[in-house]
Parts: sequence; C-alpha cells; structure tokens
Amino acid sequence: MKKNWWKALAVVIMTYVIWVGLLGTVPRQPILNESIRNVYFHVPLWFSMIILMLTSMIYSIRYLRKGRMDDDHISVEFANSAILYGILGCATGSLWASVTWGDPWPNDPKLNSVAVGMLMYFAYLILRNSFDDELRRARISAIYNIFAFAVFVPLIFILPRLTDSLHPGNGGNPAFGKYDMDSGMRLVLYPSVIGMTLLGVWITQLRVRLRRLRDRLDHVNDALPKAHSTAE
Amino acid sequence: MQQIRVLISKEFRLEWRQRYALNGMLLYIVSTVFVCFLSFSLRRNQLTPMVWNALFWIILLFTAINAIAKSFVQERAGRLLYYYTLVSPQKIILSKIVYNTLLMLVLAGLGFGIYTLVMGVPGEGMDMPLFVVNLLLGAIGFAASLTLVAGIASKAENSATLMAVLSFPVVLPLLLMLIRVSKNALDGLDRSVSLDEIGTLLAIDAIVLVLSVLLFPYLWRS
Repeated sequence: MKKNWWKALAVVIMTYVIWVGLLGTVPRQPILNESIRNVYFHVPLWFSMIILMLTSMIYSIRYLRKGRMDDDHISVEFANSAILYGILGCATGSLWASVTWGDPWPNDPKLNSVAVGMLMYFAYLILRNSFDDELRRARISAIYNIFAFAVFVPLIFILPRLTDSLHPGNGGNPAFGKYDMDSGMRLVLYPSVIGMTLLGVWITQLRVRLRRLRDRLDHVNDALPKAHSTAE
Repeated sequence: MQQIRVLISKEFRLEWRQRYALNGMLLYIVSTVFVCFLSFSLRRNQLTPMVWNALFWIILLFTAINAIAKSFVQERAGRLLYYYTLVSPQKIILSKIVYNTLLMLVLAGLGFGIYTLVMGVPGEGMDMPLFVVNLLLGAIGFAASLTLVAGIASKAENSATLMAVLSFPVVLPLLLMLIRVSKNALDGLDRSVSLDEIGTLLAIDAIVLVLSVLLFPYLWRS
C-alpha cells in the first residue's frame, strides 16, 4: 500500500477535477461561455502528453547507455500512452473548436504541428514493427524516438509562436492567464495536470507489467518443448 | 580532419564510379520539374508566387529523400564494418552529411535552373542572395536529418517505404521554415522580416546535426 499512494492521489485528484470542473463556478466569457470548462481537460492532456513523451525519451537514452531490455519496454509504453493522450487532446480540442471557432479543424499552426507530431510517433510504432530481432528493434527505435522528440519540441513550441494562431498565447494573442483565468480556475487546472500525468503513468505501469509478463511467457514457451523432448 | 577529408573524397569516388545513380538523380529532378510543368499546362509566369514556391520545395523534398536514401545501401554491410574498424563512426556520419549537403546543393541548383527556365520567376524584385542562403541552409538541414533517417531505414527490410514514412514528419518543421523564408525572398521583402525564420532554421539545423553525430555511434553497432 505504501508504494501505491500516488494511485490513490490520482483517483482523488481526478474525482476532484471532474466534480469541480463540471459543477464549480467559472468566469463568464463572451464566446467561450460554459465551454471554458474544457480548460480543465484539454490543456492538461497536452501538458501530460509532453511529460510522457519526455519520459519516453529519457528511457530511450537510458536504454542506449545501459542496454537493459526493460528500459525499452518502459519507453515504448510511455510513447503509447502519450499517443493516447494526444488523440484525446485532439478530440477535446476539436469539440471545443467547433463550439468557439466554428470549425472542428481550423487551419491553425498548433493543430497542424500536433498532427505532424502524431505522425512522427505513428512512424515510430511502424518502425518498431518492421524488425523481428528484439535487440535491434529496441536500439534503432530508441534512436528514432530521441530524434523525433528533439524535432517535436521546436515544432510545437517555436513554430506556432512565429505565425498567427487562434490559440491563446500565440501570434500576439495574450495567454489565457493574462485576462480570463481567475485564481479559482487555477485551483482546478494545476491539480488536473498532476492528476492526468499520474493517471498516464498508471496506465503505462500496467501496460509495462503486461509486456513483461508476455515476455516471460514467451521465454517459458520457448523453453518448454525442449524440456519436453529431453524428458522423453 | 584528415580522415574526414579522405572519407569525403571516398564518397565522391564511389559516386563517380556508380555514375548511373548520379545520372539517375539528375534525370529524376529534371523529369519531375517537367512533369509539374506539363501537368499545370502553363505558359511561363502563370503561377502565383505561393504555388510556385510550394511546388519548388516539394520537388526538392522528394529529390532529397530519393537521393539521400541510398547513402547507406550503396555499400555492402561488410565494407561498412571495415570502415568502422578504421575510423570513428562520428567521422563517417560527418563525412556523409558533408557529402550529402554538397550533393543536395548540386541537385537544388540544377532543379532551380530548370525550374526557372520552364516556369519563369514570379514577380519582380526577387532577393537572390537571401534565396541562395536559404537554399544552403535547406541543403544542410535535409542532409543532416535525412542521412540519419536513411541509416535507420537501411537497417529494416522494407526500407523505401520506411524512409518516406520516417522522414516526412521529421523534415516538416525545416520545410515550413524554408518555404516561408523563400516566399519572403521571392516577394523581395526587407531582410529584417526573415531574421526570425533564419534564426529558427539555424537552430533546427544545429539540433539535427548534433543529434545525428551523437546518435549514429549507437546505430552502426546493430
């Protein structure tokens, strides 16, 4: 139980976020209206996606330095969770955009950057599947993972700021915090970032365990027929 | 330094001995330009600068991917292994990047020549020096990022598809910046307008260059 306190924390925070996020009072804004509540879900999804991707890259570096198979398992599962969060972030964003900007996929640099980023990580998964040899797959996909993250950072943080974007905080638009985020909203937004990240780590942990078990099962299955034949 | 120079001259000699590959690439860019010209069925100077610019960079992107994809499959694995026993892998990747940059410059120069010959240059007052600097930065960035991706793709079986899938998203930030700067150059805008973009281009070039050199030693061992 001592090791699992953060899971309880994730459950508590997410319950709080969903409860207060949907029922709490929010500032009235002209176009946003009630859809401002999406800040609690859409924005944290992206924050935690970046954190998950960063962790995935760190484990890839660790794999390259130490060569432990387990680091590769962890790295790929963090990338998988990041992709899941990215898709959810796109979905919530699309919903929000169709309400406020009148178009589910407006031609916005940030959206396009994220779409390209998703393509990068899908390419990473395809690259992984094209190798049969485990060691080779782990090493080469780790290299691509590091490379992809390094290109993803300028794509998402620098390029949208150079062009006009509908998003707050880009292309001369003031950031959310400047005018319409009151301190009550921060009390939900920041915990939500932490909660989402913990949830992502939890999902990843479960998937890593599944992967480890499958790995072990494969070894056992490989060993079994041989044991059988020697017994005969 | 000496070793890098020898390696670069080796790349040149290799290319010269397999002239069909080089000629193939030259023909590739010429025929692509011509296909574009015919499919728009244009007289000269009919494209808007926007379309002209985008088309030019897309042609260059495809040429770059095709040209650089072969940088690791040209030589047999055994011979590559032999090089690795002689020099450090960083020197190999550096020499390949330098060589690919030069190759890209030749291809881009030829492509630009033919392209302006058949399509004309849209608008007046094109800022030629800025355009050339942009082309240079593009060649370095393409060479650095695509050489590493070519190395990655060459380790897999289905390398042609993989090369395209892996490289498109990776070169896209670079491509967007290049298109924007060259549009500024085409319109003859004041150079201070493009300073931000040039800075970003330099930063992206630096990032991919450093990463390629850092990551390649892990790549060749597998």
